[in-house]
Amino acid sequence: MKRRSLLRLAGATAGLGSLGLAGCAMNAIGTPDSARVLVVGGGYGGATAAKYVRLLSQYKIEVVLVEPDAAFVSCPLSNLVLGGGRTMTDITRPYDTLSAMHGVRIVHDMVASIDPVKRVAVLASGGTLRYDKLVLSPGVEMMFDRVTGLQAANRQGRILQAWKAGPETLALRRQLEAMPDGGTCAIAIPEAPYRCPPGPYERASVIAAYFKAAKPKSKVLILDANEDVTSKGALFKKVWAESYKGLLEYRPQHKATAVDAATNTLKFEIQEDVRADVLNVLPPMRAGQIAVQTGLATSNARWCNVNYLTFESANAPNIHVIGDAIQIAPAMPKSGHMANGHAKVAAAAIVAELNGWEVDPAPMLTNTCYSFVDDKRAVHVASVHEYVAAEKTFKTVPGSGGLSAAPNELEGSLAMSWARSIWSDALA
Amino acid sequence: MKLVLSALALLIAGPALAQDAGALRARSLAATCAQCHGTDGRVPPGSATVALAGMPAAYLTEQMTAFKTGARPGTVMPQLAKGYSDAQIAQLAAYFAQVQTGGKP
Repeated sequence: MKRRSLLRLAGATAGLGSLGLAGCAMNAIGTPDSARVLVVGGGYGGATAAKYVRLLSQYKIEVVLVEPDAAFVSCPLSNLVLGGGRTMTDITRPYDTLSAMHGVRIVHDMVASIDPVKRVAVLASGGTLRYDKLVLSPGVEMMFDRVTGLQAANRQGRILQAWKAGPETLALRRQLEAMPDGGTCAIAIPEAPYRCPPGPYERASVIAAYFKAAKPKSKVLILDANEDVTSKGALFKKVWAESYKGLLEYRPQHKATAVDAATNTLKFEIQEDVRADVLNVLPPMRAGQIAVQTGLATSNARWCNVNYLTFESANAPNIHVIGDAIQIAPAMPKSGHMANGHAKVAAAAIVAELNGWEVDPAPMLTNTCYSFVDDKRAVHVASVHEYVAAEKTFKTVPGSGGLSAAPNELEGSLAMSWARSIWSDALA
Repeated sequence: MKLVLSALALLIAGPALAQDAGALRARSLAATCAQCHGTDGRVPPGSATVALAGMPAAYLTEQMTAFKTGARPGTVMPQLAKGYSDAQIAQLAAYFAQVQTGGKP
């Protein structure tokens, strides 16, 4: 009760704070009726956080979402666009449902900087937004400088990543369509951790399916910096042997260090150069730039350390970092499903805190990740994660989780249902 | 038995509307199902995944328990159900049972 009174008092004096009369009042967090939660980034994590802060606060807490893109484009399923089975329209959803149905204020802009002490975000357009709590869901930044020549080749549109679904997804599809039958598409995978562990293998499989049907003399070459397939390995290898023999080749321990865009050649730390007709190079990744420049990416200067109970940054109070940008707990994949889960734990913690309640001491997370092996058949990996207070981290619940037995069309249909449900859960 | 379940549903429904720390936790736990089953168990039209909203608590508990023990086969659910304690399953069942179907809660 004492805490609640204090919070109310803080809310009442927030007006004074904004006038700059009382430094300490500026740092007091508001009540649900007066507080503003600022969400930066509208991907799987940010969109979900924006909606769930509204939902879980009974629509009391004001939520502002800053997102540069006009519409939500899903990374999951985007490999099917590369295979030709789906269009960009199929994987694009509007943001306006978040404002129409849930009263989220959407600002289409970029956050240029954050002042964690004053609790103010400066927009690229020059405006400022104050916040009581900030949810930072910046996704990943491609570390182009780790592969010599890649930044320039990417800017010219010669060598694409298409790992952030959007214009590059369509551009890579066009490169595949333009490739003559008998050509090679090489996919370079960085060392883990990177966004979506099984994604590159799904991509290779779906492109192989397209080649098998449309240009059967062609080949997909996977050049993996890792020792072995990082996710769903046995399932993918079985499919490659059974369905794509001669069409798909997997080479582990190939760490790309440079590209030559003029000759479409990829260079490696140890192995011989590889020339391909279409080069799809995924560089190493780290937390989105805004997290790095705010000083939150303190794990190997790449990922953001958080308190897993609330997803609050270990380095800045009142900033909750979610999604692919965080330093993961054991066995926690960088997936859209998981980002959605982070968002809900963070949203609930913020709502509890603004109400003066103890945060949930035992939050739970799930992950279900489908990968297509062609246009119709999919496989999955699933897990359940519980917060272990003694170790201050999430761990998988013993005995839970698992993989598909084999790819099939039922799981393909479930994967499509998953996408529709999670898009609706995040946006509508 | 039916009366007891209705009373339980009311107990959960009350706080869900009045909002307190317990209701927030129950709803947060239920939100771990929403990625596939929709927010508050309301799936979008045409989904291959079942809606959980408004299902009787006893039925939900029975099905989750059957997935957990292996009595009911499935793809993802036998693997996920093993991650929830019996108490959590009861909490989930009570939560979804009190969700009104259609419209916002």
